[in-house]
This record gives sequence, C-alpha cells and structure tokens, in this order.
Amino acid sequence: MLSDTPRAKPALELRDVSKQFGDFQALSGVCLRVEPGDSILLYGPNGAGKTTLLRVLSTLARPSDGKVLYDGADVHANPTVAKAAIGFVSHATFLYGELTARENLEFAGKLFGLTKSPERVAGVLDIFHLQERAETPVRELSRGYQQRVSLARAFLHAPQFLLLDEPFTGLDAASTESLQDLMRSLQGQGKGLILSTHDFEQGRAIAQRLVALEGGKVRYDGPIHAAPLAALRKGARSQESEASSTALPEGGGISLAVGETYGRND
Amino acid sequence: MRTLGVISAIFVKDLRVEWRHRETLASMCIFGLLVVFLFNFAFEPAGEERLRLLPGLLWIAFAFAGVLGFNRSFAAERENAGLEGMRLAPVDPGAIYLGKMLANLFFMGIAEVVVVFATSLWYNFSFIPALGWFALTTFFCTLGYVAVGTTFGAVAANTRMREVMLPVLQFPVAVPIFIAGVEGTTGALKGDPVSDYAGWIKLAAGYSAIFVVLSYLLFEYVLEE
Amino acid sequence: MNKIFPPTLHLIVTYAWLIVATYLIFFYAPQEATMGEVQRIFYIHVSSAWTALLAYFLIFLGSIAYLWKRRDSADDFAHGAAEVGFVFCTCVLVTGPLWAKPVWGIWWTWDARLTLTFVLWLLFVAYLMLRSYVINPGRAAVLAAVVGIMGFVDVPIDYMAIRWWRTQHPQPVIAGGEGSGLDPRMWVALLVTWGAFLCLFAYLLRQSTRLAVLRREVANLRRLRGSSQGG
Repeated sequence: MLSDTPRAKPALELRDVSKQFGDFQALSGVCLRVEPGDSILLYGPNGAGKTTLLRVLSTLARPSDGKVLYDGADVHANPTVAKAAIGFVSHATFLYGELTARENLEFAGKLFGLTKSPERVAGVLDIFHLQERAETPVRELSRGYQQRVSLARAFLHAPQFLLLDEPFTGLDAASTESLQDLMRSLQGQGKGLILSTHDFEQGRAIAQRLVALEGGKVRYDGPIHAAPLAALRKGARSQESEASSTALPEGGGISLAVGETYGRND
Repeated sequence: MRTLGVISAIFVKDLRVEWRHRETLASMCIFGLLVVFLFNFAFEPAGEERLRLLPGLLWIAFAFAGVLGFNRSFAAERENAGLEGMRLAPVDPGAIYLGKMLANLFFMGIAEVVVVFATSLWYNFSFIPALGWFALTTFFCTLGYVAVGTTFGAVAANTRMREVMLPVLQFPVAVPIFIAGVEGTTGALKGDPVSDYAGWIKLAAGYSAIFVVLSYLLFEYVLEE
Repeated sequence: MNKIFPPTLHLIVTYAWLIVATYLIFFYAPQEATMGEVQRIFYIHVSSAWTALLAYFLIFLGSIAYLWKRRDSADDFAHGAAEVGFVFCTCVLVTGPLWAKPVWGIWWTWDARLTLTFVLWLLFVAYLMLRSYVINPGRAAVLAAVVGIMGFVDVPIDYMAIRWWRTQHPQPVIAGGEGSGLDPRMWVALLVTWGAFLCLFAYLLRQSTRLAVLRREVANLRRLRGSSQGG
C-alpha cells in the first residue's frame, strides 16, 4: 500500500483520526494515506462515515482526535498550503445560485489567489463543456450542470488531490461516463483521487485501491481487485437489516439518500 | 496584500448576489419603515417632542432592520454551503469576517437612509441642518452594531430558532451603541456644540474598533467544525 | 482538591459561614438611619451583584482557556460559572425591588447600577440560551466561548456608557451612592456576607463541574456501546 519510492511528492494523511458529533462517534482511529497518483474508492454503507472522512481530509472538519497531515505537517497548524492542494466536491455545490457559472468560478479564483484567473476560468469552462451555460445563473441550471460547475470549481486551482463525495448522484449515463473519463485523465496526470460512492461498479471503473469503511472504522485498505467483497458486503448488509428495511431495489441509483446499490453483478 | 483582495472579493460577491434579487435589502427597508409607521400610533410626536423621540425611534428601527439583515446574510450562505466553499480556500477566516461585515455595513447604510428619509417625511422633521454630524454619529454607531452583528449572525446560524437567538445575543451587547446612537444623534439634531456629544462618537468609535478586532480574531472559532 | 477539601466539608463550611453572615446582618450591623430594617437586604443585594460580576469574569477566563487548550475542564468551568452566576444575578434583580418598594415606594428604577445589572443578566441569558439551542452539541462549547469573551469585553463599555447616560438624565438612585457613609460594622457584615456567598458560589460551581464530568462519561459510554453494536 505504501509506496517504496522516496517521498518526492507530498501525501495527504489521516493519522489515528476520530470524530464525534455529540453522542455519535462518526470515525474511530482512522489511518489513511493518500499519495498523488492514488485512486481510491471509499466504500461503505450509510452512516459508515464516508462523508465525515472526506470532510476531515478536506480540512473542512477538525478531527476530535488524531491528526490530519499534508506533506508531514499538521494541516490545521498551517492550512494555507494544504488547502491549495486539495479540491473537494460534495453534495452541496458551494455555488451561489444568483451568480452565473463564470462569476462563481471567478470568485473562487480570487479566493484561491490565482494569477491569470481569467485564462484559468476559460480553460476550466472549456474542459467541462460549460461555455454555453457560462452566463446563466447557477440556480437555473439542471442538477447535472450544477455539479459540473461544482467540479470545475474544485478543479480550478489545479489541486493535487481531488476528493469527491458521491459525485455520480443524480447524473445521467452520459454525464457519468464523461465524469469517469475525466477522472481517468486526472489519474493519468498523477493526481490523487478519492471518491466515495454507493455504486461499486461505477467506482471500480476508475479506482485501483479500495478503502472500506464501516461504523467509522476502516475494514479494508488495499488493491481493489483483492478486496474480500462478499465479506464486506455481508457485514454491511447485516448492519442494514438491523436498521430500517427501506432499501431501494438494486439498480435504482437516482436518489441515494436511503439504501444502497451493491452493483448488479456480484 | 492578498488578504485585501480576498476581503474585497467577498464584499463584491455579497453585493452582487444581493443585487440579483434584492430580497434582503427590501425586507430590511420595509421592516424599518413598518417600525416608523407603527411608532406613529404609539406616540404621534409633534413639535418639540420630535427631537426627544425621533432619535430613539430611528435606533429601534435600525436595530430590528439590522438583525434581519445579519440573519439573512448567513442564511444565504447556507443554501449551497457557500461558507464552506470559502473555508476550503486558503483564506484567513478573519478576511471572511471583514468581507461580510463590510457588505452588511453597506446594506444597513442603505436601509438607514430609507428609514431616515421616511421619518423626515412622515414627521415633517428636517435632518438637513445637522446632516454632517448626524451622519458621522450614525456611521460609527452602525459600524459597531454591524461589527458585533456579523459575528453573532454567524454564531446564531448554528442554532435552532436563530431569528430569536440573534437578538438575544445582539441586543445586550449592543447597549452602548443604542445609548451612544440615541444620545449622539439627539445632540447633533439639537444643534448642540460638538464637544457636548463628541464623547458619544468616541465611545462608538472605540466600541467599533474593539469589536472589529475581537471578531476578526475570534471568527475562525465561529467557523470551525 | 476533592481530597483536601471534600465537597461535604465545603458544604458544612458554607452553611456555617452563611449562619455567621446572617447573624452579622441582623444583629451586628447597626440599623440604617433613614431606611430602617429593610435596608438589611442591602448586604444580600450587593454581595450577589459582586458575585455575579465575578462569575462573568470566570466565564471569560474559562472561555479563553478553552479556546486555547481545548480542555473540557475549562468549558465545564465556564458553563458552571454561567449557571451559578445567573442565579446570583437574578437574586440582585429580585432583592432590588424588594428593597425599593418599602423604602422609596417604587418597584424599579433604571439607575446606573440596576440597569447594568439587568444588562449583565441578559448576557447570562444569552450565554445559557446559546448553549441550549446549538444544533450540533459538539460545537456548543466553542461558540459559547466566543460569546462569553465578547459578552465580558462588553461589560466595562456598558458600565461607562450607562453611567454617563445616567449622569445626563438623572434618575432616583436606589443604593444611595457608592460606599457612601457605611459604618465600619456594616463593612464587616458586607464583607463577611460576600465571603459566604463566594463560598457558596464555589461549592455550587464545583458540583456543577462534577455533574458535567459525569454527563460526559455517560455520553462516552453511549458512544462506545453504539460503535460496538455496529462493528
């Protein structure tokens, strides 16, 4: 799992991280190391802590215990360097509905202190095929387009690490495929990628490493092809059957708020 | 300095977002006008009484319009987690505070102009003779009020019943501003020599300085998760 | 602390001190010239006021300590000081009218001291309400610390503003000026009473922080049980 080559590029790391919200323990003793070039599928049932893990990794949330490190240094001691290297895509778009896509991106450019901001914005609009919609207020865009703008925003400052929390939610087949293509090209550029998803098949197309999370603890961290999937799913399913039985039928990937899809072919 | 660039970017962004629909600004102005309007039924001031009562009326209207604005300033950020988007960037939390504070100051200023204009019209009271000192006093008092209100607006955004929670936090802490606002503007409107009420302006200015600095330092704790 | 001065002993000392103070108030201190027996409530009124003010100062210290070190004990300390201080502050606002009505015939006056006390009371309310209404309980401590610091910084400014305001627009004053003409025996009674109140305050604060520690342990146990069930 850990690279043998000398640490030339900075890594993002969770060291023994725990996170609690009042009475609820979201993460316990999580250790995770991400290097540029890694592509990780963060997998687990609802409530496993995937979103929390990504939020802690992205510096948005502070760990209750343990450390978040970038290039060996505590992220919260010196956040500027880490934040410039991380891009985060979440359920929320971080966009202002009243502003156009271009205005949102230009604002993000100013926040990240980008020089040559107009060129970068134009470039990113190009990559994500947003030119026609660039002058529309984001509020008037479809969910799929909004997510593209959100991705563009995360990508604008050319981060080394891209964290994506269930990015395929609400996307049609064409958008899903183009997103997967984009992720492959990012991989090729040597970026570090983590995506969390319920849909194992969508994730498997891109990721080389699987991190399985359950009850806030890491159950498996290794190559995706070697993952003991049956055991992981069994553990997840028994947890699910204890909870409410309102799971969506398999294949229903439109709203992933409740239940999960485990992929059609086991 | 990059921080100044970030502050102005946030300020401009808030103005631009508000300008598209102007909902917050409209509600602040209308609320202020309603207070002035209701006052008429409560007191119906005329003649000399106006000088005694109008400064108080103005500050009650400003106070309530203000908290409405502070609440909405952060409600707008909640829609798509805009605040988190800013936190993900390598930006000093204090800069986020200053950007939003200046935007709130701008909006409250507009609402104040509208309220003062309506008061002048409806009570046949002219603010023109004392306009300079009146404006200066009101400016420093508003600055202090907004300095605290922006911080507490962000704090209250984390609570249930935030429309109630914000005034509960804001009004006790803003007592010096109310007093300075009413006393200072009364002095200015009466045409008293400046030395009589300059102390109130200094109090408001000192209050503003203290709470802007304090808020700048504490805002990272308000934002952290 | 619990070994050297256990809570039970603390409680006994507090009771004893309060009894001594009561004796001094009613039998040792002389009757005030103009107001009669009712004036004796002054010792409770002023002692409570000084204790409430000290309590907010402790909130301030606890809040700073919490933001700096993030230790739960600092937060418990601030929270406890707020809860107990609030009670003492309420006491000031209750004894005020009880004193004013028989002596001056009015229930309340917005004189400098009472106005300031009322603002302080509102600051306590603000702090306590915030803690109850925060949606994510994990954030309550940090947000309360910010409010505690800002609230306390406000107090001296309130003091200046209110005093100056009242010199411009004088109103009847209840307590007849600062320390004006207090008989030495009255000073003794006052200081002893204040000491008793501080002792009581310290005792209640201790019990409050103990309770907070127990609550946290219960929450920890709940968390562990929750995660072991899931794993």
